[in-house]
Amino acid sequence: MPEEMEIKKDEMPETSSDDAKVDETTQTKETAEESEKKETAEKPENDGYEPGHSYEDFVHKEVKEIVFGVLSPQMIKKMATVKIVTPELYDREGYPVDGGLMDVKMGVIDPGLKCPIDGKKLKDCPGYFGYIELARPVIHINFVKYAYDILRSTCKECGRILLTTQKLNKLKSDIDFMQKKEDYEGIRALTKSIMVSARAKSTTKCPHCKAKQEGVKLEKPTTFMENEKRLSPIEVRTRLEKVTDDDCFFFGLNPKSIRPEWMVLTIMPIPPVTMRPSITLESGERSEDDLTHKLGDIVRINQRLFENINAGAPEIIIEDLWDLLQYHITTFFDNNIPQIPPARHRSGQPLKTITERVSSKEGRIRHNLAGKRTNFSARTAISPDPMLEINEVGVPQLIAMNLTVPERVTAANMEYLKQYIKRGPKEYPGCNYIIRPDGRKKRITDETQEASLEELQPGYIVERHLMDGDIALFNRQPSLHRMSMMCHKVRVLPGKTLRLNPAVCVPYNADFDGDEMNLHIPQTEEARAEAEILMLVQTQMISPRYGLSIIGCTQDAISGNYILTKGLKLKYKDAVDLLYKAGIKEFGKLPKKEWVDGKEVFSVLLPDDFNFTGHSKIKPDPLPKKGEKHDYNVIIEDGKLISGVMDQANLGEGSGLLLRNLYKVYGPDKMIEFMGKIFRLGIEVLLKTGFSVGLSQTDMPKLAREAIDTELTDAVTDVNQMIADFHADKLEPYPGRSVAETLELNILERLNSARNKTGKIVQDSADKSASLIVMIDSGARGKNLNLAQMSACIGQQALRGKRIEKGYHERTLPHFKKGELSPNARGFIRDGFKKGMTPHEYFFAAMTGRDSLMDTALRTPKSGYLYRRLANALQDVKVEYDDTVRDAAEKIIQFEYSEDGIDVSKSEGGIINVDRIIEETK
Amino acid sequence: MSIYTEFKDKMPAYLLEEVKKKVPDNISDKRLKAILERIADEYKKTKVEPGECVGIVAAESIGEPGTQMTLNTFHFAGVAEMNVTMGLPRIIEILDAKKTLSSPMTEIFIKKSVANEKNVREYAIRIVERTLESAIDSIEINITGQRIDLQLKSDKLKDYGLTKGQIIKLLTKNLKGVTVKEKDDIITVSLKTKENLINDLYTYKEKIKGMYISGVKGLKQVLPVRKDDEYMILASGLNLREILELDFVDSERTRSNDIYEIKEVLGIEAARQAIINEVFKVIEAQGLNVDIRHIKLVADTMCQTGEIKGITRFGVVNQKASVLARASFETPIKHVIEASLLGERDELTSVVENVMINQPIPVGTGLPGLITKVK
Repeated sequence: MPEEMEIKKDEMPETSSDDAKVDETTQTKETAEESEKKETAEKPENDGYEPGHSYEDFVHKEVKEIVFGVLSPQMIKKMATVKIVTPELYDREGYPVDGGLMDVKMGVIDPGLKCPIDGKKLKDCPGYFGYIELARPVIHINFVKYAYDILRSTCKECGRILLTTQKLNKLKSDIDFMQKKEDYEGIRALTKSIMVSARAKSTTKCPHCKAKQEGVKLEKPTTFMENEKRLSPIEVRTRLEKVTDDDCFFFGLNPKSIRPEWMVLTIMPIPPVTMRPSITLESGERSEDDLTHKLGDIVRINQRLFENINAGAPEIIIEDLWDLLQYHITTFFDNNIPQIPPARHRSGQPLKTITERVSSKEGRIRHNLAGKRTNFSARTAISPDPMLEINEVGVPQLIAMNLTVPERVTAANMEYLKQYIKRGPKEYPGCNYIIRPDGRKKRITDETQEASLEELQPGYIVERHLMDGDIALFNRQPSLHRMSMMCHKVRVLPGKTLRLNPAVCVPYNADFDGDEMNLHIPQTEEARAEAEILMLVQTQMISPRYGLSIIGCTQDAISGNYILTKGLKLKYKDAVDLLYKAGIKEFGKLPKKEWVDGKEVFSVLLPDDFNFTGHSKIKPDPLPKKGEKHDYNVIIEDGKLISGVMDQANLGEGSGLLLRNLYKVYGPDKMIEFMGKIFRLGIEVLLKTGFSVGLSQTDMPKLAREAIDTELTDAVTDVNQMIADFHADKLEPYPGRSVAETLELNILERLNSARNKTGKIVQDSADKSASLIVMIDSGARGKNLNLAQMSACIGQQALRGKRIEKGYHERTLPHFKKGELSPNARGFIRDGFKKGMTPHEYFFAAMTGRDSLMDTALRTPKSGYLYRRLANALQDVKVEYDDTVRDAAEKIIQFEYSEDGIDVSKSEGGIINVDRIIEETK
Repeated sequence: MSIYTEFKDKMPAYLLEEVKKKVPDNISDKRLKAILERIADEYKKTKVEPGECVGIVAAESIGEPGTQMTLNTFHFAGVAEMNVTMGLPRIIEILDAKKTLSSPMTEIFIKKSVANEKNVREYAIRIVERTLESAIDSIEINITGQRIDLQLKSDKLKDYGLTKGQIIKLLTKNLKGVTVKEKDDIITVSLKTKENLINDLYTYKEKIKGMYISGVKGLKQVLPVRKDDEYMILASGLNLREILELDFVDSERTRSNDIYEIKEVLGIEAARQAIINEVFKVIEAQGLNVDIRHIKLVADTMCQTGEIKGITRFGVVNQKASVLARASFETPIKHVIEASLLGERDELTSVVENVMINQPIPVGTGLPGLITKVK
């Protein structure tokens, strides 16, 4: 756990003093077995096996708790393996100097060397701390604030807290109570107020020894002043030493874990070399870690300080060196202190010291501890394949031959697994490694194949290639919700991309313009079972966000089913052909007649006992009566589609009512099967009927064109009239608005209504069988607005809810007069995309386009941060066995999950559908 | 009725009510029982399972649509509405528990008995905050007389229901060290101290102009509107306490959009409800679909201690018991140092800490333990 060591390092600033307090930093209470088999390693090493560890090699313990504390000077000495006395690193042979900063006693980083402490080699040796004795004490930068608080709140003579004994007695019980309850937050708040009242200006005399008090001032970063005179760290330390153990509690310090004087360092621990390894450059030159550089400075200055003191150098020189030592130690801990210049490399780039290593996104905590990396994963571009089942993922063979699944050899499957070894790593499906029961791994090659086949016996593990039906986790970043990582079944395919059914693009938010996705192969039975039961695609159908299905047919699948059920007539043979291509092999349900109806073809997919009534997306104007045969009324009786068309409202994601009902009645597994078939049927219909969009589909009859033209001309005239009224002061303002604002509102309203009317005209005059209209009507893609913008009028461009007003002085562009308010001058685009835009219209369109681009670019990090904060605040909130919702400290947040305990992902849109149940219960 | 009471413990009360309302009056006992049994059964199946990490689900459900929200601060909703902060900035504002809002608003409902168009307009004029400036005809510094002369618009004063005498009283009360006199329509204000006279006169002039004379303090702008057959007043500005005391205000429905103000005036439960309403309003206005249960959970987390805590490093996150959980969020050094001073113990009961040390996390399938006898 080198990382952990590092963090601790930082939090254990240390100091010398004589009390022998042992200070645990990490306590591990073992619960599990403690096996001590250590003699695995010493065996002949060229049998093709790589070194490895078996389960029994390790001592398994469960970490129950972690206690934080500050290291006492004794502890630092005790845990150190070596005292560092020289800033030198290596001798002439390139071997680490004894007592130098790279001393082998602090861990080995050279291959071939053995650690003198534990006898282990590179990678096995965790590294050990060393220490240096500081010639003069130095204040630890991270504790300055707390030392300052204590200095100000205590008597300079007797070291007692500047409050009367009575007051202290009163507070004592509170603090004791909190200590007992481990209410750290409460302690922090209380001690803060204690210190504030203790250092109140009114106390000029110590209530205990009556000594006169002078305020201590902190000159940032590390200099303490009293009465214009500097307090040296030695003096600071003596004062802190005087604070009694009992008083410590009032400062929130637990004398068991820290004595105040430890905030001033007299001994400094030197971190192990393993956490600051040097790298050897190509030229053979060694390049040391930033920390080593910094430590070198510290040791060097420390030595000089020692020498000068011993030689009796003048006080001023010693002070200078002392300050320099303080500077180096400060920057060793934190190189970003505002008041002091950061320590730099010779190249001028600031050193990365301990604080910089730990904090921030790239720091140890968020990058290495909270974020892990894994083996057995793959990543490439994705592409669609509707012929896959929805819960499958297509894996290129190349990947399948590199990712492996471990299979344990038993007497029953030995022969079977031997087949894989025989095929080896180059032939699919083969195997890459075998693992011996002692944990050592052997790669299967031409040379090792024979031997491996012979030695294989129960207890071995064979890592075989990935095969059809294996369990995999599939993920696309950003992983914003739990449907961003789902479990799929592997299907090994030719090609070099990962393939997925386009129906699952919605939950992943994926498209195929170059998106890449990740694949992970769970390696244990437990992980596989959990993935399959909890994460399989069909178990994630219903979004926990709103309780509706998030997986449904999309795009072509909707268009196709719409065309099919809207009255397509097929020859019997063609219908069978279609169904077969969609993956149906049972045609008994299809009526045997020469021409079959599209609805009958669709019905073949439905189970025989399925009943459903619903509506399609587009509402006709006089609503048809309930039960009447009409495209709007979707009626399914005994698995037969009697009336209605299939569109987005029934098959799509979100509402997807038909799919939703299938899910409810037949469960997730069946449902995903139906959906795959329906999806493929839709696509096959399009392949059969042909489906393409042309420019001519945006053409309109002459009558419609004229109607649009009149409408727009009328609107512009109306607006001009309004502007004239405005200039003539005839306009009546709305309450709470100025006349100019009122005018703007009126104009916007008039122009929008004009655009909406043109949209209506376009919609009414459009040819219902044109593929463009099919897409719009079925809800597969596009809105009426898009059609209207293409063929009739793009409409008003709005910036921040207003017409465009920015640009030149008093006008938007030099094309217009100053102060001009006409639709044209303020971003109204009269023609459609097909006819084209004038240069100024194009410019206005570009303005709004840029604005929305900016909006997206600025929003992403903001919402990302909000999400991170929410996730961090709520990560430990869970439902307990007594149905209450609690956080990690067992504090109750809700007595029943959001008042009724309903799990949204199991509900129907967040509710229990009483209407349906009443209807169904006869 | 007895059938309903039989199912009282098997489903939430609101479901029972819904059934009562929706079931035909002449329904047979047998069918009613069958319906209730099915609902109870479905309710049981729909309940959350222990160990479900509802917190993460809520965070995802609010965080994920965040990417789809608009950043536009101002939302223009038709003719008769004011500009309101909407979209992502408003959500952030609420969840951060910001003390000062970018667009403070109060929705004032009028008691049904007095609600008509004429009254509402009158009330609106009455409650808006007025300063003396709006009633001043002219204000001058008379240097020779060493005083300030001001003339008032008598018609405006009448509108506000004030007399000149009251204004003079107010002036004497609010400004210290002055004498106020009236002389043929002109009010004169002269200072008692003569030091720094000219400078003081200027500052007093501004003070006089800015003096509050009538209305509800804080309501800068009011707009009487008609919403769903009902009259109400939209006001920008906050002063819930005083508004609720006005006799024509329907104090049960009137509310402001400041969560802290609601907490002060109406209490923490009302504040919780206010958070839920405000967040839900924004999400709905954006055309997004988020179940209210997630928002409720977030609001409950924010209000758990009885104080409103934002979802920030100073609020909710700071209250976490685990040092490592706090350190993994922001400012890790600070948290570790403070923990070391107190000798804090981290019992590794939440998620990140266990991720850090490679142990199963205690939620979901990581929660249950197996107990077995070891021989």
